[in-house]
Amino acid sequence: MDGLTPDLLVLQLFTGLALGAIYVLLALGMSLLFGMLTVVNFAHGAFYMLGAYAGLVLLGMGFNFWACLIIAPIIVGSLGMLCERFLIRHLYGRGIDYPLLLTFGLSYVLVELVRIFFGTSGYPVDTPDILQGASDIWIGYFPTYRLFVIGVAVVVLTALWLFLERTPYGLIIRAGARDPQIVRILGIDVARVWLVVFGIGTGLAALAGLLAAPLQGTSPEMGSTILAESFVVTVVGGMGSLVGAVVAGLLVGVVVAMTSLFAPEMAQVAIFALMAVVLLVRPQGFFGRAGLMS
Amino acid sequence: MLPPDLVAGCKQHRVLLAIAFLVVFPLLMPFKAIAVNILIYGLFALGFNMLFGTLGLLSFGHAALFGGGAYACGLAMLRLGLPWWAAILCAVVAGMALAASIGAFAIRTRGIYFAMVTLALAQCVYFIFYQWVSLTGGENGLRGITLTDIDLGPIHLNFVDPLTRYYVVAFWVALALIVLSRILASPFGAAMEAVRENEARARACGYDVRATRYLAFILSGGFCGLAGALQALHLSIVPIETLFYTTSGLVVMMALLGGMGTFFGPFVGAGVFLLLENLVSLWTVHWQIFVGASFIACVLFFPRGIWGTILLGRAR
Repeated sequence: MDGLTPDLLVLQLFTGLALGAIYVLLALGMSLLFGMLTVVNFAHGAFYMLGAYAGLVLLGMGFNFWACLIIAPIIVGSLGMLCERFLIRHLYGRGIDYPLLLTFGLSYVLVELVRIFFGTSGYPVDTPDILQGASDIWIGYFPTYRLFVIGVAVVVLTALWLFLERTPYGLIIRAGARDPQIVRILGIDVARVWLVVFGIGTGLAALAGLLAAPLQGTSPEMGSTILAESFVVTVVGGMGSLVGAVVAGLLVGVVVAMTSLFAPEMAQVAIFALMAVVLLVRPQGFFGRAGLMS
Repeated sequence: MLPPDLVAGCKQHRVLLAIAFLVVFPLLMPFKAIAVNILIYGLFALGFNMLFGTLGLLSFGHAALFGGGAYACGLAMLRLGLPWWAAILCAVVAGMALAASIGAFAIRTRGIYFAMVTLALAQCVYFIFYQWVSLTGGENGLRGITLTDIDLGPIHLNFVDPLTRYYVVAFWVALALIVLSRILASPFGAAMEAVRENEARARACGYDVRATRYLAFILSGGFCGLAGALQALHLSIVPIETLFYTTSGLVVMMALLGGMGTFFGPFVGAGVFLLLENLVSLWTVHWQIFVGASFIACVLFFPRGIWGTILLGRAR
């Protein structure tokens, strides 16, 4: 192949990391919901899409991009909390398939609602002025916006880690994940904890969608393909493991970027091939607990 | 209340009853095309339910088996020039082969993982078919699968006629019903239920749980492949969306709506679903919102589905 230099490979690696950052945010939310609530959220892609549309509306109302980054996830997270409170809560303890099926139905409703209000065709989203162009990262020029996406993911990850590991509320969430019954006996309203966790999980999906919007535009169906990909990330990383979500998200991003350099048409298939290999070698994923699978 | 002898008799001869129903069904339906659709999706849902209802495995990858069957049927006729019935048999084999390869990975996982892994692998099939334009037509789907005349020795059938088309499809569906009913009534059917009800006990009794699951998955693939082939002949095109995971979601909804784990439930679900879709789409293009909402209501309030609730009411 002509012009294949180490620099090009490193640049492509960064592209992969930027893509991976979006996967990480999605898979983190998904893993959080599964680890704490044992809910597999099939509407995760829909919340991702809602994040992008919320950003679109906010930008249209004159908010700047930075405000959108904060407000859009809060709006979508609140919507997620409403869904948990009025729909999903009734299904806890009724078998693991039911929340999955319900969220699948929910994704239909959410996508169709967006189609009703915004039409079936998508919208482009402008990259904010300050993030346009490319920055010099020593080995070459790299799109500034993609660097920014990586940066946001790092900040969110750190914040989430501090929240879960260093605050009293994080302690309650972790305890609730391990043994909800004991936590309840200790006088803590577990239902409210789960409500908050659901809000965080869907809010993270919304943030991922908003970050992806300037890269690929918005469309009502933007969440449907990425849902399967974030499943792959969660399976590869090990379900319910936050570290796994980060490692696997970045890995999948890099695999996609590298495959599209050599064989663009195989990029999508490579993701699934990676999952197949991981399933054969280590069925519970990188950081998954072995017991969860059997 | 029906006399118990009659109820027991109905249970014993469920296939005969179903075939009798298939014969009169199109006469009750105003549009024959919907009747054919209900048959095809009913069969698809039956194949899916064999895994979900009988074995308790929730697959979100059945689009690959259905779509794979549809493509196999179309490709066999277009590229290999096989007659239509041979193409249908090809589709059954293709459905089973796809199920065997997806199952080889998916069967290693359980519960929630199974749904996610089957979905992901089916998406993989979708992307392969999407990219392989020279063989599959890619984004445009596989076009030009035409079947107009069927010659069976002295009998000549016109497949374009809606009623004839219905009965040709119904013949294959009836055949599948007989086979499926035999499988469910066989010792293997009992083993599947044993695995669903209590896996540890089934294993302790000497059943190979993984092999049971694998075999059931492959058989399910055969039924779904057949349904896909009939769909290809009915539409004379295979849209690429057939392989997308929303098709898997569709069949999950149908099976749950009708009542999983019951023999006729999936058929009832497919019928209600398609009629609902047709009615609602008469006055709004946004029928999906009703479909989604009724599915949510179904999960929340009628987890047994329509047919399951009727059976429960009868049993009381």
